[in-house]
Amino acid sequence: MATQHSRSIARLMIAPATILLLGWMLVPLTMTLYFSFKKYLPLRGGDLGWVGFDNYIRFISSSSFWPAVGTTLIIVGGVLAITVLLGIALALLLDQPLWGQGAVRILVIAPFFVMPTVSGLVWKNMFMDPVNGFFAHIWRAFGAEPIQWLSHASLPSLITILSWQWLPFATLILLTAIQSLDTEQLEAAEMDGARSLRRFWHIILPHLARAITVVVLIQTIFLLSIFAEIFVTTARAFGTKTLTYLIFQRVLESQNVGLGSAGGVYAIILANIVAIFLMRIVGKNLDK
Amino acid sequence: MKQIQLQKVSKRFGDVEVIPPLDLEIETGEFVVFVGPSGCGKSTLLRLVAGLEDVSEGQILINGKDATAIAPAERGLAMVFQSYALYPHMSVRNNIAFPLRMAGIDKAEQARRVEEAAQTLNLTEYLDRRPGQLSGGQRQRVAIGRAIVREPTAFLFDEPLSNLDAALRVGMRLEISELHKRLATTMIYVTHDQVEAMTMADKIVVLQAGVIEQVGSPLELYHTPKNTFVAGFIGSPRMNLLGGSEAQKYSAHTIGIRPEHLGISADSGDWQGVVGVSEHLGSDTFFHVNCPDFSQPLTVRASGEVELGYGEKVYLTPDKAHLHKFDDKGLRIS
Amino acid sequence: MARAVSNRRKMLNTALAWLVGLVIFFPILWIIVLSFKTEGDAIRTPLEVLSSVWTLESYAVVQDRSDYFKHFTNSVIIALGSTLLGILVAVPAAWSMAFVPSKRTRGILMWMLSTKMLPAVGVLYPIYLLFIELGLLDSRTGLVVVLMLINLPIIVWMLYTYFREIPAEILEAARMDGANLRSELLYVLTPMAIPGIASTILLNVILAWNEAFWTLNLTAAKAAPLTAFIASYSSPEGLFYAKLSAASVMAIMPILIMGWFSQKQLVRGLTFGAVK
Repeated sequence: MATQHSRSIARLMIAPATILLLGWMLVPLTMTLYFSFKKYLPLRGGDLGWVGFDNYIRFISSSSFWPAVGTTLIIVGGVLAITVLLGIALALLLDQPLWGQGAVRILVIAPFFVMPTVSGLVWKNMFMDPVNGFFAHIWRAFGAEPIQWLSHASLPSLITILSWQWLPFATLILLTAIQSLDTEQLEAAEMDGARSLRRFWHIILPHLARAITVVVLIQTIFLLSIFAEIFVTTARAFGTKTLTYLIFQRVLESQNVGLGSAGGVYAIILANIVAIFLMRIVGKNLDK
Repeated sequence: MKQIQLQKVSKRFGDVEVIPPLDLEIETGEFVVFVGPSGCGKSTLLRLVAGLEDVSEGQILINGKDATAIAPAERGLAMVFQSYALYPHMSVRNNIAFPLRMAGIDKAEQARRVEEAAQTLNLTEYLDRRPGQLSGGQRQRVAIGRAIVREPTAFLFDEPLSNLDAALRVGMRLEISELHKRLATTMIYVTHDQVEAMTMADKIVVLQAGVIEQVGSPLELYHTPKNTFVAGFIGSPRMNLLGGSEAQKYSAHTIGIRPEHLGISADSGDWQGVVGVSEHLGSDTFFHVNCPDFSQPLTVRASGEVELGYGEKVYLTPDKAHLHKFDDKGLRIS
Repeated sequence: MARAVSNRRKMLNTALAWLVGLVIFFPILWIIVLSFKTEGDAIRTPLEVLSSVWTLESYAVVQDRSDYFKHFTNSVIIALGSTLLGILVAVPAAWSMAFVPSKRTRGILMWMLSTKMLPAVGVLYPIYLLFIELGLLDSRTGLVVVLMLINLPIIVWMLYTYFREIPAEILEAARMDGANLRSELLYVLTPMAIPGIASTILLNVILAWNEAFWTLNLTAAKAAPLTAFIASYSSPEGLFYAKLSAASVMAIMPILIMGWFSQKQLVRGLTFGAVK
């Protein structure tokens, strides 16, 4: 279908997108790399010269580093576990014959489209506030002491908020995958004597394996860099620091650009590792 | 007059040579069919003629002029695609008028030609509908209509009937043949169905793995196939190709005898065998006979009235006048 | 499931599904309720809230005081602007990758997707610096450019998949019919690709509207879209639940509605084809 003529035009047409993305990637990346090797404090003297890998070492050895890693892992892991498990359950439920399926889907999908700042603030205030929040009222109605969600149980609170936001995504993807399962396969299994649970375990779950992997990888990439929810919920008081937030603080709040940049490089490497796995799957699909 | 000539045309995709250098000539007004099994390169060859693919080497001449480097639209050819390739967002009228629009023909003339084509193809009622609202056969006709209005030097058909159901296929076959008689324009037709080839063609080009096995009229190919491939490809059911000691009796490596040229008798004959599966079509019956002389069952055609049961002993006798002989390279021995 | 399921089973499924759906949707429902209450009522117990007076005063206050409309306009401009700009750049790229693929096409496409996975925080400072240098800080233009860049991979990807679904034969037919490149694009490709382009615009406007990293860090008073505006409620003075609810409802409503129509696009756009 391609002739010489169309090939050269094609190359021209890809150029703008390629150049823009190349610039977007290379320019800031090189700058971050550059800063990471310098001691650069814009508010306290500016460029103070090269320090080699000093920033990298200091970032890792800072007392907030490992807690931040831990926090990140707990949050990401928690959200993944909840969204995938509940997502599978919900997807199975929505695949069943029921009335008003379209409407239920709309209800379930909604949280994903709520902007992160709204999500964070609504949960923080209208639900989790220990004095006037919805949960506080309910707890008191049963005679119990309201939980101070964000101040005393900040990680579970954040995990709740984020799971609420991402459950629709997981559900939608898994539902799409379930619906792409050939019903004939399930019917054949039934004819072969497999009952519901076994059909689920041996046919549906393996079919979902690819979709689950994709959900996990994509959510991981996005969750590693969540920012807004933390920013509006705990930043002012408890700074539940994920790696992302830690870097943000170093760079924009305490304005230690060199240090923050080194942290940024770590974040990039981490994200790339996850991305490699994801791209492998995408690549396999592109060949089809 | 030679309208289309392919000279030493070859085609490579990457490192794979799908069409080794070949030569072919097509006369004006001929109905030529490219036929062969899947992957033999017949569609590729058609697309080379159309200009949708570039030749790797060689030349294509149209009406004596070198068209190898000329863009598809300027070669003066029109193509009917396997999937019809109609523009889904345009009405039938606009679909047919599209090439005229591209050629800058004025609106009045466009309308006239579209009406004419629609009449020829019985599409007048459907002119304002969209392709999505038409049946397969109707869409086919729109595709043909779009080709006709261009008044091309030649029509190119890429397996146009393969998406239609069996009954419709037979009807459309006749319509296309009739169109050819009426327009007298050169037509190049690609199909994997040898029945279509036999019934429609003035000249058949049999292809295998990019190589032309034989070019000739349908009956030429039927009566004098040049090699075992063509012999086995043309004719349905397949010609019986037999080897072994029986073939040697006729001084050949392989002998070929068509099912309709084998006599079957319960009493006597050249080859003894046992009746296997029989296929009853009403007008004819095809018996598959297992003979100890041959490694594969033979197919024999008999009239619909002959009745022989599974496992019965029979004798087969080939009509010597229609026995084909081939050497060890598969080539015909005269 | 092709067979008819017992009505009882169906009722059970329905009840369960609706229950789950309502629980998940509840927070949104609740702020809709709160937005129609006075501040004093908004902090009371749920039952009291439901039985109290319905009013539009919170909406009025939000509109008046905090210049909501300006932020709304910013969101619209930034979301639409970045998406349309992206479409402009992406259509030619997607066209060439879908219809004239080369050996490098797959690699380029995957590379483009991978740029989306770059953690924003890693390049925060350089961009921040560049913006200051170029005078783009707190400007809508700057944000349009950045959001266009972060969504470009998805736009290219989605357009690519939609273009691939257009049968190549139709474009070949156009070429045989005498259409040059311009005619082919104008009269055949674009009309057939319009649903795909519309879907791509839909999803990416949603993503740009909700973007909450760059919009928070690169804007201040002038160019702040709704994401940043809402964030300003995180350190409020006095009672504010009803106002926050009203502001939130207004901020999320357009996207919620758009989102309901874009489920399929979501799967296509954000799973990069790994799930069909």
